[in-house]
Order: sequence, then structure tokens, then C-alpha cells
Amino acid sequence: MRTLLFILQKEFKQIFRDPAILRLIFLMPIIQLIVLPQAADYEMKNINIAITNRDNSPYSQQLTQKITASGYFNLVTYNHSYDASMKYIETDAADVILEIPTQFEQHLIKENKADLFIAINAINGVKGSLGSAYLRSIIQDYNQQIRNKLLQQPRINMVPIIEVVPMNWFNPQMNYKFFMVPGILVLLLTMIGANLTALNIVREKEIGTIEQINVTPIKKHHFILGKLIPFWVLGFVIITIGFVIAKLVYGIVPIGSFITIYIFAAVYLLAVLGLGLLISTYAATQQQAMLISFFLLMIFILLGGLYTSIESMPLWAQYITKLNPVAYFIEVMRMVVLKGSNLSDILPQLLSILLFAVVLNSWAIYSYKKRS
Amino acid sequence: MNNDKVITAHQLTKQFDNFIAVDHISFEVSRGEIFGFLGANGAGKTTAMRMLCGLSLPSSGEATVAGLNVYTHNEEIKKRIGYMSQKFSLYEDLTVKENIRFYAGIYGMSNNYIKTKTTQLLEQLHLTNESNSLVKSLPLGWKQKLAFSVAIFHEPQIVFLDEPTGGVDPVTRREFWNMIYQAAAAGITVFVTTHYMDEAEYCNRISIMVDGKIEALDTPTALKQQYHATSMDEVFLQLARKANRQE
Repeated sequence: MRTLLFILQKEFKQIFRDPAILRLIFLMPIIQLIVLPQAADYEMKNINIAITNRDNSPYSQQLTQKITASGYFNLVTYNHSYDASMKYIETDAADVILEIPTQFEQHLIKENKADLFIAINAINGVKGSLGSAYLRSIIQDYNQQIRNKLLQQPRINMVPIIEVVPMNWFNPQMNYKFFMVPGILVLLLTMIGANLTALNIVREKEIGTIEQINVTPIKKHHFILGKLIPFWVLGFVIITIGFVIAKLVYGIVPIGSFITIYIFAAVYLLAVLGLGLLISTYAATQQQAMLISFFLLMIFILLGGLYTSIESMPLWAQYITKLNPVAYFIEVMRMVVLKGSNLSDILPQLLSILLFAVVLNSWAIYSYKKRS
Repeated sequence: MNNDKVITAHQLTKQFDNFIAVDHISFEVSRGEIFGFLGANGAGKTTAMRMLCGLSLPSSGEATVAGLNVYTHNEEIKKRIGYMSQKFSLYEDLTVKENIRFYAGIYGMSNNYIKTKTTQLLEQLHLTNESNSLVKSLPLGWKQKLAFSVAIFHEPQIVFLDEPTGGVDPVTRREFWNMIYQAAAAGITVFVTTHYMDEAEYCNRISIMVDGKIEALDTPTALKQQYHATSMDEVFLQLARKANRQE
């Protein structure tokens, strides 16, 4: 026990003497949490639209106005020829073309039916499909308006219409920041935790001090605990900074309790630090450690369910996410922050992550050898 | 168990795949002796030393250190030895005092004892004014002397030194060897590898390794007689020429 205190003393001193690590620990969460959620925006607000209006009727102008007033679209050109609009698509200046054909208004009134043509630039698939979806809903909305106007007093509704009114539970405004911010916090914790631990030990290997340690009667678990505890504590500092920023900048306060999150984070950090330790026992140089952790973290982040939902992944990929600690914490964060889940709700995830922590750390202790 | 023999090796061997780094070496070192371990680069000195320190598992052969078997009691051995590796092994981002405290602490020395002994040591090394400076700010010679002092701070029975004076100026080397003599006088057995033949002359007995085998083992005087040489340099050259192994 006393040995452990000596090791901890040394580790904390070294961490606080390294300005690079301190900067990393304090600046990374601040910058990432302030910049990323603003930039990595799921809502499309600046869809560039080219409108070709060949009708020039009041109706077609009303529709145009409705589109530009919606706030989602950016009118890049308004013209009378489809070819002119197509030029914008070709140069990537426009994402969507809406063509209003000649006699649009006439057809609508006389024949009760008119066609509109939407062309989508599918190079940026997400933007294109979202753009067309928004556009369709605006047109539908407009359609409804005209109907109401035309059938002033409907004796019977000519065509039955099913209207869908969605209600978004847990995140009524569908504010993506509510799940992005806690998610990014999880990624941060993972990256900093795994990398710092791995690099710290490999650095001792590179300098040669690990050999001096190995020739002392130090116990393996003392050495490893001495390496884990400081970063475990730092993990809590980071997550706390993260929640302060979430509150101040985004007004996000978890509906569930902080205690639930911190309990999960405590176990999660053990798992992540164990991963870092494991990497360090296999890597001989800091470059190797960086590359291994980069490879793993890339997979963890992309399959973590933050940027793409796990439910929409192919089945085999969903199985892979079962091996991804990040996915569990992101899920838990959303449950606690948005739904207010409590400890018993997240118990399955907590037990899974505990299993990760036990396996990774035992593996690391096993493969750390004082004698070669 | 012979109490006077603090290190014994019998047919000790280390093989890496097809390469035999240490090839059936046998020797004994007595208490309080300064035992020089000589050899060209790649002769197997460091590997042999690492096996004795419990850093490397022997492939075959027997060895005891402080009367303990290196196979089974390697962690026990570690309490009784000090080690100073080829690579500088103090923490450069810790101060002189912090380094001493850390290593003394993990050997289980009491706080009070650490304090008194640190003060004494810093006075001896004339480092009292530097006690709170980071180790990286010290000149190399001082660092080496400090590393040696830290290696014997916990009062081990044996200290293993792997090329302790590499890159150090002649004056500091001289001082360093004075420290080694002091340690030996205090009853610490010194097992030292070196390249410097003048240093070999300071040892009580030396062994010369060529291609993983011990080719010669005796006092410097006896070896010079045996090889009809006037200096250890000549002895070493005669033996080292036989080497086939390239670095």
C-alpha cells in the first residue's frame, strides 16, 4: 500500500509537470465541445436551391416565396430555363433544382392536378435527400393551403388526407445538440483516457526507466494501479469540465442524475484505461502505441452510434458494436441525459462495461512482464 | 549454500531463437568483491547481467544471487540488489530529491530514514543546492553519480552496473570509481561491465567474454602474466581478435 502511494506521488508530479498534457486535458474538452457540436450539424440549413420558374404565375411565386422563407434553403438562382439551373448543379453550386413547369397554376386550378419537377445533386447524398424531403414537405404544405383556399367550405373533403403529426418524445425540439454534446464528451473521455495511459507507459519503455522499475521488488499490480489511478482521476476532471460547458454553452442538464452518469463513468474509465494499458504492453515505441490506439479508436468512434445510428447498421456491424465500449456509454449518456434513466435502467450496460474493465485490465496485467 | 559466494553461475545460457547470446558461462563472485565483466559490444555481457538481475529468464543453466535461485526467487533477489542500466534511468522530470525518495520508497524504506540519508547523500555528492532542481538540468557526470547513489541507496548486498561510465569525462570517471571503492568497502559486492581497460585494472577480478563465452577469468595481474602483456588493453585485444560475432 505504501509502495502505491510513492508511485502515485511520482505519477501526479510528472503529469502536472508536463505542460503539454495539462493543455491537452483542459483545452481539448473545451474546444471540442464548443466547436464540434456547432459544426457537425445534422440539420441542413443551407441547402442551395436553384428554382426554374417557367410559369410566372402568382401561385408559382407564392411557392417560391414559401421555400425561400422556410429558412432551410438558400436561393442561388431564379431563372426560367432548366439548363441554366443545371449549370449550378454541375458546378456544385446548387444541391436541388425545383422546376415549376409552364401553366402550373392553370393546371392546378382547372385540372386539379399539376406536376413539379425536383432534381437532386446526389454527390452529397445526405444533403440531397434531406433537401428533397424538406422541399416535399414545403410543397405539401403549400398544396394544403391552396386546397383550403379553393374549397372554402368543403361540403365533403374531396380527397381524404391523412396528416401525420409527429411528437418527439424526450427531445421535443429534435435538437441534435442534446445528443451530440454528451456523445462528444464520451469520445473525448475515451481518446484522452486510452491515449494518455498507453503513451505514458510506452514512454517509460523508450526512456528505459521501466527497466529500473522492473529490477525493483515492485509488485505488478502496484505499478499498474499507480499508472491507472491518476488518469482515472483526470477522467473525472474532464467529464466535469464537459458538463459545465454543456450547461453554460448549450443549457444541457441531464434529466437523470449525475450520480448515475458518474458511476457509469467510473467503470467506463477503468475499461478505457485498461485498453490503454493493454496497448502499452504490446507497443515498443510511442509511434506504435499511437497507431494502434488510432486504429481502435477510429472503429470505436465510427461504430459508436454517435454519427450513425446502430439500429440502421447491417446485422454483422451491430454485433461488432457489442464489442465497442464507446457504444455502451453513448447509449447510457442518451438514456440518462435525455430520458432521465436511473441506475437500474442502465444496469445491463453497466454490467457489460464492467466485464470490459475486468477483461482488459486482467489481460494487461497478465501481459505486462517484469522478466522477458 | 556458501555464504561467501554472493553470485554463482553454472552453465548459464540464454538463447534467442537461433542466436546464443550467452553460452554456458560459469563463475562465482565473492562478497565485497569488485568483479569486472568485460567484452566487446554484443559479447553478451548485458544479457548475462540481466539474467542475474531477474530481468531476463535464462534458457538453461543454474545461477544464484545472494544465495537465491534466479528462476524461482527473482522477486526476492530484487530486494537485495541494486541495478544501474546502460540507459540513464532516473526520471528527468523529477527533482534530485524526488528521484531518491521514489526509489527508496518502493524499496520500502521508512520516511525518516529516507530523509536523513538523503541529506547525507546530497552533502557527499555536493548536490545539496541542486536537491530541488530537475534531474534533466544536471550535467551527465553528476547524473551518473546520482544514478549510482540511488542504485545503492537501499543498501543492497550486490550492485550491478552496466557500463556506468559511458560518455563520462576522465575526472568524473575517477570520482565514480572512488564511489565504487567506497561501496565495496561498505561490503557491497560490485558487478560491473565496462569497455574501458583502465577501469578493468581497478577490479579485483575480471572475466572477459567473447562470443557469449567466458574466455578468461582472473585477477588483472594474473591475466597480464598469462597473456604476456603489459596492460589489460593487450590482453583484451588478444582475446577479442578471436571473436567471430559481429555487432
